[in-house]
Amino acid sequence: MIHTSLSIVGGGPAGLCAAIEASKRGVDSILFERFDQLGGQLVKQTHKFFGSQRQYAGTRGFDIASKLERELHESNQCQTKLNTTVVGMYPNHVLTVSGPEGYQKIQSEAIIVASGASERYLVFENNDLPGIYGAGAVQTLMNQYGVLPGKRVVMVGSGNIGLIVSYQLLQAGVDVACVIDAAPKIGGYLVHASKLRRRGVPIQTSRTILRAEGKSQVERVITIGLDQAWRPIPGTEETLECDLLCLAVGLSPLTQLLSMGGASMRQIQELGGVVAVEGNEGQTTLEGIYVAGDAAGIEEASSAMVEGRIAGIRAAMQLGHGLPDDNHTLQQLEEELQGLRRGPFGAKTRIGLDKLREEKHA
Amino acid sequence: MGLSNESALCYDGNCESGENMRIEEHPILTFEVKKEIPFTFDGKAVVGREGDTIASALHALGILALSNSIRQHRHRGLYCAIGNCGSCHMTVNHVANVRTCMTKLEAGMIVESQPGKGRIL
Ligand SMILES: Cc1cc2nc3c(=O)[nH]c(=O)nc-3n(C[C@H](O)[C@H](O)[C@H](O)COP(=O)(O)OP(=O)(O)OC[C@H]3O[C@@H](n4cnc5c(N)ncnc54)[C@H](O)[C@@H]3O)c2cc1C
Ligand code: FES
Repeated sequence: MIHTSLSIVGGGPAGLCAAIEASKRGVDSILFERFDQLGGQLVKQTHKFFGSQRQYAGTRGFDIASKLERELHESNQCQTKLNTTVVGMYPNHVLTVSGPEGYQKIQSEAIIVASGASERYLVFENNDLPGIYGAGAVQTLMNQYGVLPGKRVVMVGSGNIGLIVSYQLLQAGVDVACVIDAAPKIGGYLVHASKLRRRGVPIQTSRTILRAEGKSQVERVITIGLDQAWRPIPGTEETLECDLLCLAVGLSPLTQLLSMGGASMRQIQELGGVVAVEGNEGQTTLEGIYVAGDAAGIEEASSAMVEGRIAGIRAAMQLGHGLPDDNHTLQQLEEELQGLRRGPFGAKTRIGLDKLREEKHA
Repeated sequence: MGLSNESALCYDGNCESGENMRIEEHPILTFEVKKEIPFTFDGKAVVGREGDTIASALHALGILALSNSIRQHRHRGLYCAIGNCGSCHMTVNHVANVRTCMTKLEAGMIVESQPGKGRIL
């Protein structure tokens, strides 16, 4: 059994920021990342980020990742274990991990789960054909490995991810046949939608995928119009030739570890799925176990970074490493979070968090 | 061994053989041409590039079908590419159920499609 003060699961923006704050306060920690690189979703974001200035708005995602990584390495208090997947959470803060050093058990005094999210799927005929990929996978292939995910794509989902990835596909030289969305309105920011429209990409709302067709990979998709009650309208089918169907239909928090550990969990649609109920002092209902970033509810990198910092500071305080003005710092960060969640795009998160708080008091 | 090895590029007649799926020009990113990494896919000699995962190397070769569904034996490709879904499981160096989207390609790897759950004994 390996012992450490703090274990952090996941090296995305939330996990990195948690590790940075804990390290600054002199807490020994180990950060586990299943991939061979730190940065989480950030490493494949080639666009300049929206969000607040303090959270690096205007900087490209992958540049934010390297900044955070440098900041973490300066402190020397945190060991990072790459290619290492945390596979279990047991009583007494024991994690089991599988990586290059084999299968190991780690006991710590506190744990921060920052495992991010997994991509949702859509139900339609032949949705398992090769060439039907999640938006994250498409980004990974083209932006990380420089491999074209296809030649001609149909994008499902006009939220920010669908719009941004469509634009990235154009940049990589892929023909974007169209973006469709079942909702009657475009989900993402208009700036992103306009960039696509200027390049002649049609965005069709109130439309969904009826089925995909192809022998051993997707060759075409059939889309269909929806009425106001989201029912398919017969006769509105349209066939689009494509070798790539990209689904950008949202993310769900990756919280299986917390469920396994016995934290109280609730299904909250506005936060993307099953999330941990909040306990005292920013913990889950398990003492000394914190959650931050998309794993705590789907939001964005900017809020993931702030949540990570909060979790890192709270864990440090619990371990007796708090700084004199940490309560003040926490308050500032909480205010910053609220700021990020203001406005129409934060509405879903606000409703979701209210529901989660009701659970806490119930 | 190079990309001229057409039979290696098109293993079941469904991909346009010889087509290069590598991005060469990009307004923001630069992709240098990296060293070739030879490996085998279902017994055929093929090549990927340094830095590839097994799945990205196969995709670049036009090989999209990685696993098979357990009951209906339908082709499955990758879906998440970050290790969440299990849709990219293959047998690598005789070990079944390797997540090929997370496993870096190494020279000489023996990569095989696996029927169903794969053989573990
Ligand atoms: C196309 C796209 C565009 C976006 N644009 C913006 C934007 O402009 N502005 C913005 O603010 N946000 C944006 N986001 C959202 C942002 O990327 C995410 O909200 C953010 O990355 C969440 O951070 P995280 O640290 O919670 O999770 P992630 O970044 O997903 O990191 C989680 C990490 O944990 C690791 N992990 C998971 N499970 C385990 C385990 N069991 N063991 C070990 N490691 C594990 C994963 O490999 C991963 O590295 C965008 C997202 C996408 C997909
Ligand atoms: S594609 Fe999902 S685990 Fe590899």
